Amino acid sequence: MSEPALQISGLVKRFGSAVAVDGVGLELPRGTLLALLGPNGAGKTTTVEIAEGLQRPDAGTVRVLGLDPHRDRARLRPRIGVMPQGGGAYPGVRTAEMLQLVASCAADPLDVRWLLDVLGLAKAARTPFKRLSGGQQQRLSLACAIVGRPELVFLDEPTAGMDPQARRLVWDLLAALRADGVSILLTTHLMEEAETLADQVVIIDRGRVVAQGSPAELTASDGDAEQLTFRARPGLDVGLLIEALPEGYTVTETAPGSYRVTGKIDPQVVSTVTAWCAQHGVLAEQLHVGSKDLEDVFLELTGRELRA
Amino acid sequence: MTTFDGSFRPGTFTPAPGRGSTWRMLRTHAKVETLLTLRHGEQILLTLLIPLALLIGMTVLDLVPADQLDDADPVGWTTPRILALAVMSSAFTGQAIALGFDRKYGVFKRLAATALPLWVLIGGRIVAGLCVATLQVLILGGVAAALGFRPVLAGVPMAVVLVLAGIVGFGALGVLLGGSLRAEIVLAVANLLWFVLLLAGGIVLAPESLPPGLSTVAEFLPSGALAEGLRAALMHGAAAWDSVAVLVVWGVVGAGLATRTTKLT
Repeated sequence: MSEPALQISGLVKRFGSAVAVDGVGLELPRGTLLALLGPNGAGKTTTVEIAEGLQRPDAGTVRVLGLDPHRDRARLRPRIGVMPQGGGAYPGVRTAEMLQLVASCAADPLDVRWLLDVLGLAKAARTPFKRLSGGQQQRLSLACAIVGRPELVFLDEPTAGMDPQARRLVWDLLAALRADGVSILLTTHLMEEAETLADQVVIIDRGRVVAQGSPAELTASDGDAEQLTFRARPGLDVGLLIEALPEGYTVTETAPGSYRVTGKIDPQVVSTVTAWCAQHGVLAEQLHVGSKDLEDVFLELTGRELRA
Repeated sequence: MTTFDGSFRPGTFTPAPGRGSTWRMLRTHAKVETLLTLRHGEQILLTLLIPLALLIGMTVLDLVPADQLDDADPVGWTTPRILALAVMSSAFTGQAIALGFDRKYGVFKRLAATALPLWVLIGGRIVAGLCVATLQVLILGGVAAALGFRPVLAGVPMAVVLVLAGIVGFGALGVLLGGSLRAEIVLAVANLLWFVLLLAGGIVLAPESLPPGLSTVAEFLPSGALAEGLRAALMHGAAAWDSVAVLVVWGVVGAGLATRTTKLT
């Protein structure tokens, strides 16, 4: 059981002349959760679909539960659970029928009615798939991924299109799966999802891994470059605040009303900033000292321009 | 939204993977596919109600031209053709449309992610097709019998072979159409072909009553072959292996092309 649930190294996948995945490597230890982050088109889904055995790599090695995902696909399929992006159901199939069908593929599935109830789908059990909301379809797809009691689950943007209540429920569910020893690989655009759930975060961009580590490691301040952020009314004259601070500090308004002071943040600096705000009759809200959050790290690494 | 209290008992999700029994997978899948057809209003219209209306209409309203009847009565002339229509409607038109929309809704991407083997996926669909065809034949045959249809019993086994060959031929063509084009286009093309084959493909009009060139073509269309074969078998107790051959050739060619063009996602 010591071998990892998933081991990828040097993975390359090309589509024509475009390189979708360009040397990705990652490792998912058993019973842990790895969040794969990246802008649209970064190669997340391609990486996951190769691990699921749905696509073949051009180079590199992939081991899933110690097996080759393509060659040993028939042996692996009963052991893994998959929630594909945009994967659906028969348009006219009822919610419970679809889950029953997927459950029939497993030797010892979870109780279908219980699982529908847990995911808030009990009332929609007889509703045809095409009449479900986007969030309900997502929850049914998640139910299909876990109903067979898999060892390893792949979830491609599991909470996309869900309301906040459903998202919390799914997070609780994933935490329970992990606690029971299920290994989980999920892709997400939600930094909060990754920070809340993941043992390990891997950020990929343009097909390459640009950072990996625990959320705490990724957001740890590197040396002296610490920061202080706060919110106040937009349009403060940051030049005046820079003058009030010792030499070497920078202050920027990162978004209207969001300010960031960069430099070594010590008690004196915090006091200077709040005093300066007080002098100008400004209430500094959400004052936050120290490390960056995951979104800062993500945007620093992947840039701010929009992707496809 | 849920009666779930929000906490999971530890061990609820402890992995216990394994493949379900093949028989249970096949049964569940075939059941779902059959129910989907029987619940679908337009499918029922196409596979049952329109053939029933034509069967009753053509028999009772005396619509069949006297010179076509030979020595048959109207119900004897009509029933084999309506059975051919029913097979075409379910195995070809209905199948193609269902496949087009199933692809659009991503069901195969979903099922590819389960332990369901491809052959069970295809097998379940075939079993469902046979269930629907059996129902069609029982209902249409029952109504025809009530209207006075008396087939030559010795031709019934041949008719069964023809219906099975029809399902193969039309089914392969249905998969070819439904598996390669966008759902909305499949819908339009499948309905159009249904209408064309009904009128000019040797179903409601016998091939010999069509214009000369067209009549030869119609005999080699799956629609004409099945209708003529069923007529020969049920009315005269004749062997109709040439019709079976035409249907099987369509099936082989259709399936051969379909394995190249079918996209399941």
